[in-house]
Amino acid sequence: MDITLLVSLIVVVALLAVGGFFLVRTRRSVTPGKEETKPEVTGAPKEAAPEEDREREEGAVGTPPAHAPPAEDTAPPAPAEPAEPELETPPPSAGRMVRLRARLARSQSSFGQGLLTLLSAKTLDEDTWEEIEDTLITADIGVTSATQIVENLRTRVKVLGTRDTEEVRALLREELLKQLGSDTDRTVRTEPHGDRPAVIMIVGVNGTGKTTTTGKLARVLVGDGRTVVLGAADTFRAAASEQLQTWGSRVGAPVVRKDEGADPASVAFDAVARGIEDGADTVIIDTAGRLHTKTGLMDELGKVKRVVEKKSQVDEVLLVLDATTGQNGLRQARVFAEVVNVTGIALTKLDGTAKGGIIVQVQRELGVPVKLVGLGEGPDDLAPFDPEVFVDAILG
Amino acid sequence: MFETLSDRLTSVFSSLRGKGRLSEEDINATAREIRLALLEADVALPVVREFISRIKERARGEEVSKALNPAQQVIKIVNEELVQILGGETRQVRFAKNPPTVIMLAGLQGAGKTTLAGKLAKWLSADRNTPLLVAADLQRPNAVTQLQVVGERAGTPVFAPEPGNGVGDPVEVARESIEHARRNNHNVVIIDTAGRLGVDTEMMQQAADIRDAVDPDEILFVVDAMIGQDAVNTAQAFLDGVGYDAVALTKLDGDARGGAALSIRHLTGRPIMFASTGEKLEDFDLFHPDRMASRILDMGDVLTLIEQAQRTFDEDEVEKMASTMASDDDFTLDDFLQQMSMVRKLGPIGNLLGMMPGMGQMRDQIDGIDDKDLDRIQAVIQSMTPAERANPKMINGSRRLRIANGSGTQVSDVNGLVTRFFEAQKMMRKMKSGGGMPGMPGMPGMGGGNNKKKIKAQAKKAKKGKQRSGNPMKARQQEAEREAERKRRQEEGPQQPPQLPPGLGGGGGGQPTLPPGFGGPNMPDLSNFKLPKK
Repeated sequence: MDITLLVSLIVVVALLAVGGFFLVRTRRSVTPGKEETKPEVTGAPKEAAPEEDREREEGAVGTPPAHAPPAEDTAPPAPAEPAEPELETPPPSAGRMVRLRARLARSQSSFGQGLLTLLSAKTLDEDTWEEIEDTLITADIGVTSATQIVENLRTRVKVLGTRDTEEVRALLREELLKQLGSDTDRTVRTEPHGDRPAVIMIVGVNGTGKTTTTGKLARVLVGDGRTVVLGAADTFRAAASEQLQTWGSRVGAPVVRKDEGADPASVAFDAVARGIEDGADTVIIDTAGRLHTKTGLMDELGKVKRVVEKKSQVDEVLLVLDATTGQNGLRQARVFAEVVNVTGIALTKLDGTAKGGIIVQVQRELGVPVKLVGLGEGPDDLAPFDPEVFVDAILG
Repeated sequence: MFETLSDRLTSVFSSLRGKGRLSEEDINATAREIRLALLEADVALPVVREFISRIKERARGEEVSKALNPAQQVIKIVNEELVQILGGETRQVRFAKNPPTVIMLAGLQGAGKTTLAGKLAKWLSADRNTPLLVAADLQRPNAVTQLQVVGERAGTPVFAPEPGNGVGDPVEVARESIEHARRNNHNVVIIDTAGRLGVDTEMMQQAADIRDAVDPDEILFVVDAMIGQDAVNTAQAFLDGVGYDAVALTKLDGDARGGAALSIRHLTGRPIMFASTGEKLEDFDLFHPDRMASRILDMGDVLTLIEQAQRTFDEDEVEKMASTMASDDDFTLDDFLQQMSMVRKLGPIGNLLGMMPGMGQMRDQIDGIDDKDLDRIQAVIQSMTPAERANPKMINGSRRLRIANGSGTQVSDVNGLVTRFFEAQKMMRKMKSGGGMPGMPGMPGMGGGNNKKKIKAQAKKAKKGKQRSGNPMKARQQEAEREAERKRRQEEGPQQPPQLPPGLGGGGGGQPTLPPGFGGPNMPDLSNFKLPKK
């Protein structure tokens, strides 16, 4: 294809679109109330949807899987455990973080040690501070946050005139805690409201461990004596609902699922309906992984949420972030927050060498707290996030 | 928010223009900016350090070229170094002398191994190979089922003797699969292993056992483009644990800058062989180092854009569009509608603009573009009669009201659209007259100095427009025009030396006079095209 053609094409569209941006702004300011109803009136016909969206929509209108586009998703990781016929009673959530602390500490001690060695050096000169900053950067904390932490620490060390390793360590701990926001509410709202179950949606990009987190979360809740209904709204990836089914059957949680290619919103709706009918305490909806750059898929996610809201309010939207994710994690969080109003983050795969520093940035920029951490492959390796334990584990 | 490297460097150099040689201070000032840019692209710190020192060394000795301003020059050096590290020799799959060729996939959980296995199988079968997929991921619940589904879609048989979910011995499965492949005349065996962490010695041992059992010809390390600083540790752990011959980078269709590619290549010396860029099985190709370099630096990626267009559009559409563009008839709203729906197939308009070089400074505007606006525009146009679409001049007040009512918008919206459309029409007319023949007076870019003034004047105009907050519409228009002007300049490039591939900025004759924000990103692109050919 001719580049001239392509470029000019995009220019023309852009020219009108940039104007269109203005068009909408005015309209919004003139008639702010009308916004919600607009899409129905002016809503673009289907062919206007971006291509990648269309593929999925095709599936959504009920093409048999064989005709569905040969596309599939990356696989979330999952724990290894033989499927057992009888129901398991997973341990309750309390004390999990502590139990897993050792594991966390083991994999991350080098980071904390390195920092402390640096901090206890005889002279804290320019190079040392830079090295401290670098150490923080290697934890994916990001340049801005790292610089800020170091700046603060530097000032405080100067003001207090401390040279003592213990004190510096305490300062560093405090600084890290401050970045993580130790006073934010980190409870996952799983309490049913009267006759209505709590609804939790699990979202995220491909391969971060959404299905696994859904399964683990169900186990935690069942362990705490709740009844859980799972909704397999990942109708896109091959065998995703089977994967969730395996999780559900282990703890005896019913899984609402449909054929591959079904409309995820309808699955989610049915799951909530089933939860209400059964008088379950919590409904957890697992959605398909989607890259935040794909507008069509993000719209679909928005739709899932809107449709669920027709039945019941959504109490939690948990964004699953992979601890190995770098600076892209921030962009992911931002887009997901825009589309579905993320209320919490589940940080997974923290048992590797990664430090998950990206959560510091996410929390700082978006104020979304980390609520859960996935610390391993075991089915019970999901714990509520406790910043103090986390920071202590990091510092070794 | 996320400035591009070229924007940053431009600001660093704003006070330094016109120097004969890059001074030590210039280099240091840029080094920090490059460091930040690389770190934000998730390039691992040790790699960044080494890289910076190399850049410094090279920049120090460099003559300042008359054709480039300092910022462009530094970017050019950075880009060349990046391509060099990422590129090296292009690797092909090594096929075994005695089939089957065994390819083993290893990587972290969620990196995309199972998906990649299917893509690889499909890619290989296109070359008349007969691959066999082997389900050796017996850990994750239903990974085997997933591979079976993937295999079905790729039209490749799957060897899965064990049900998975923790049952069965992957080493045994892998071993048997070779025999199975021999019996059934498969010339390639692709073994999908379970995801594992670098620190998990037990699992690493299992991977090593699989390796020893099947003696693979290629071990591919599958890694997610979104991975952060941890890439180095993981890459090293896998290298020590199983060893690998090449790397496959997945999820490149996101907006992760993929600095990990650079880190892994630099640290382990293993080439990056494949890039996976989407959810469909076809979204898979050999890795292009030059594009990755631009991506890490967050520069435009026109090549990818074109390729995407080629994949998405079918020939008829393109031809039809080309003829509309070339015909003497005026550009109508129908044409526009059709073009818009085509362009939208490529993805969100903001992303597309982002892929164009030189758009860094427009980032705010680009971010502001919402694809829903396009829906509205479409609604407005579709509320017009065919006659109105063909001849928008006939749209008078009462028609406007009708259209606004029909599309659920305000009359002012319709007004705005029509006005903007006339602008676009004017532009198209200009393009038609100037676009076909290079060097027409209407087109900027041929002569050097003249052109600079023009663009500068335009930039000024746009700035004024920005300040004039009372009339934001005009400002937007001007911005859009400026954008269009840029684009038109770029189009010109290939026309100067007509046989050149889409080398933006083509002959470089126009380069020296470009404002840095614009010329900067172009320049490396130019070198991109040349380098691999050497």
